[in-house]
Amino acid sequence: MNGSGILDRRGTIFIVLVLAAGVLVPASNLLLSPSSPFYVSDYLVPLLGKYLCYALLAVAVDLVWGYCGVLSLGHGAFFALGGYAMGMYLMRQIGARGVYGNPVLPDFMVFLNYKELPWFWLGFNHFPFAALMVLLVPGALAFLFGWFAFRSRVTGVYLSIITQAMTFALMLAFFRNDMGFGGNNGLTDFKDILGFPITAGTTRGALFFASAIALVGGYLICRGLVVSKYGKVLVAVRDAESRTRFLGYKVANYKLLAWTLSAMLAGVAGALYVPQVGIINPGEFAPANSIETVIWVAVGGRGTLVGAALGALVVNAGKTWFTGVLPEAWLFALGALFVVVTLFLPRGIIGLWGDVSERLRKPKPDQVPEAEAPAKAAE
Amino acid sequence: MEPIAQSLLYLDNISVVFDGFRALNKLSLTIEEAEMRAIIGPNGAGKTTMMDVITGKTRPTAGEALFAGVHDLTTMDEADIAQLGIGRKFQTPTVFDMHTVEDNLLLAVKSDRRAFANISWRRTSHEKARIGELLERIRLKDQRHRKAAELSHGQKQWLEIGMLLAQEPRLLLVDEPAAGMTDQETADTADLLRDIARTRSVVVVEHDMQFVRDLDVKVTVLHEGSVLAEGSLDQVSANERVIEVYLGR
Repeated sequence: MNGSGILDRRGTIFIVLVLAAGVLVPASNLLLSPSSPFYVSDYLVPLLGKYLCYALLAVAVDLVWGYCGVLSLGHGAFFALGGYAMGMYLMRQIGARGVYGNPVLPDFMVFLNYKELPWFWLGFNHFPFAALMVLLVPGALAFLFGWFAFRSRVTGVYLSIITQAMTFALMLAFFRNDMGFGGNNGLTDFKDILGFPITAGTTRGALFFASAIALVGGYLICRGLVVSKYGKVLVAVRDAESRTRFLGYKVANYKLLAWTLSAMLAGVAGALYVPQVGIINPGEFAPANSIETVIWVAVGGRGTLVGAALGALVVNAGKTWFTGVLPEAWLFALGALFVVVTLFLPRGIIGLWGDVSERLRKPKPDQVPEAEAPAKAAE
Repeated sequence: MEPIAQSLLYLDNISVVFDGFRALNKLSLTIEEAEMRAIIGPNGAGKTTMMDVITGKTRPTAGEALFAGVHDLTTMDEADIAQLGIGRKFQTPTVFDMHTVEDNLLLAVKSDRRAFANISWRRTSHEKARIGELLERIRLKDQRHRKAAELSHGQKQWLEIGMLLAQEPRLLLVDEPAAGMTDQETADTADLLRDIARTRSVVVVEHDMQFVRDLDVKVTVLHEGSVLAEGSLDQVSANERVIEVYLGR
C-alpha cells in the first residue's frame, strides 16, 4: 500500500505528467512548424483529448469498481448523457447557420416537422445551464438507480446485469426519432463553443487543456475520498459487506454517494469528449462501450485510480494503432488482452510495475512500513 | 418511554419460518445487564438464526424482541441495531483482509457512522488512545501495521473480538469463538470473555464443552428452535432430555 496522504509519489508523477501534456500538446501544435519532430498534428490533438476523456471515465469506474466492488457495466450511459447535455448546447449555438436556417430549431427538428422546441431543450442555449445539466442528469439517474438497487441489496452479477440493461434501454430510447434527440444520427455539425469556432486550433488546444484539468481534478476528488475514513469504509464494504453493516455502517448510503459522484465524473468526461470528436449519437450508449471501459480499468490496475487512467490511455492507443493496421482483428486482440490480464496480471500494469520495482529494490525485513511514517511525524 | 421489560435483551415467543421449516419455534430468552450466557445445542437447533433475529439480519415471523426494554429489534436494520449497542462476532473470523490491523479497529471504534461525516474525518487522539488500548488487550500490538489477511486464524478471532469491543456494545453475541483454536488459545479466549462480561452482557454460542465449562456460566440448551433446558452446565448435562438430544434417539 502506498502512503496515506492525498498525494503519494505515484499520484504526483501522474498529475505532473497529465498537466505537462495538457500544456505541451496544444503548445507544440500551435507554436511549432509542421516540419518539427515535436509537432503534434491537428489530427492528433483531438484524438489525444479523447483519450484524456476516456481516462476520466476509467477513473470514475475505478472508484465504484475498484474501491466499492460495484462492477458497473453501464457507465457509458452516464458518459453519453453528459455528452448529450453538451451536444444540446452546441446544437443551440448553431442558430440560423443550419441547413434549414431556422434560428431556434436544430436541423433534425425542422426535418421531423417540429413546430417548436420541446420543453427539455429549453435553457440549453445558456452554457452555465448546460454545464449544470452535464452534472445533474447523470447524477440524478445514478442516484435514483442506486437508491433502488442498493437499498434492495442487489449486488454482484445481478447489479452488473441491471446496469447493462439500463444503458441498453437508454440506447434504444435515444435511437427513436420522436425522443427529440436526433434519433440515430444524434447531434452533430457543431459550429462553435462559447463563441469560439469549434474546429479552430486554439479551441482544440483549449479543450485538450480542459480535459487534462478535468482528469487531474477528477483524480484528486476520487483520491481524496479513498484515503479518507469514508474510503476505508468503502473498501470494507467491497471485502466484507455484511461485516460492515454489523459495525453500524449504512452500506447503501456509502455506495450511493460513490456511485452518484462517479456518474457525475463520467458525465463531465462525456461533455468534454463531444466537442472534440464533433458528434454524439446513441451508439455511445452501446453496452460494448461500457464493457470496454471495464477492460481499461482491469488492464491498468483496478483499485489504484492512476492505473485506471493509464489503462484507458494504453488500450486506446493500442486500439487506434490496431484498427489502422488490422481493423478486423481488434476485437480479438481486446478479448485476448482481457484474458491475459485476468489470468496473469490480476493487478494490472500498475501491479506488475510494483512487483518489478520491489524486486529491484531488495526489501529489507526491518524496514519501517510507509504507513507508519506520517503517524510518527504527527506525534 | 417506560421500559416494557427490565432485562437488557428480551425475546418472547419468537418464531422464524423458512418455507415451512421452523428454524425458531416460540423461543423465549432473557439476558440481564452484565450477564454472560452460553448457548449450546446440536446443529440446526436455531442458534445462528437466533443471532440473526437479534442483529436484524432475519425478521421473525412472530414474536417480540426488545433491547433495553424499549427498542423493538424486529423493526430495525443491522446498522441501527449495531449503533444501539449490539455487537456480533461471526463463526468464521470475518475481518477486513485488505486493511491493516489498526484500520480494522479504527473502522470499529465507536464514532459517527454517517458517510459525509467520514469524508472530512481526522484521526482524533481519543481514537488513537483507544486503538492502542485495544491492541494491547488483544495482544496484536506488534502486528498493527500488518494486513489482517496475514494473521493466523487465532489472531483473526482475537482481532474480531477486539473490533467488537471497539464498538463499546452493551451486548456481545459471540459465535463459536474457540473454533479452530489451540488449547492455550481457547483458555485465553475464555479468560478474555470473562473479563469482558464484567461490564457487558455476553452471549456465547459454542460446541466445545470444555470451553463452556471454562466459562462457568449459566447455560441455555436449544433444540429444534426452542429452549430445552436452562441452568448450570452440571444441571443441564444431568437433564434426561438433553442427554437424549445430544446422544441421539
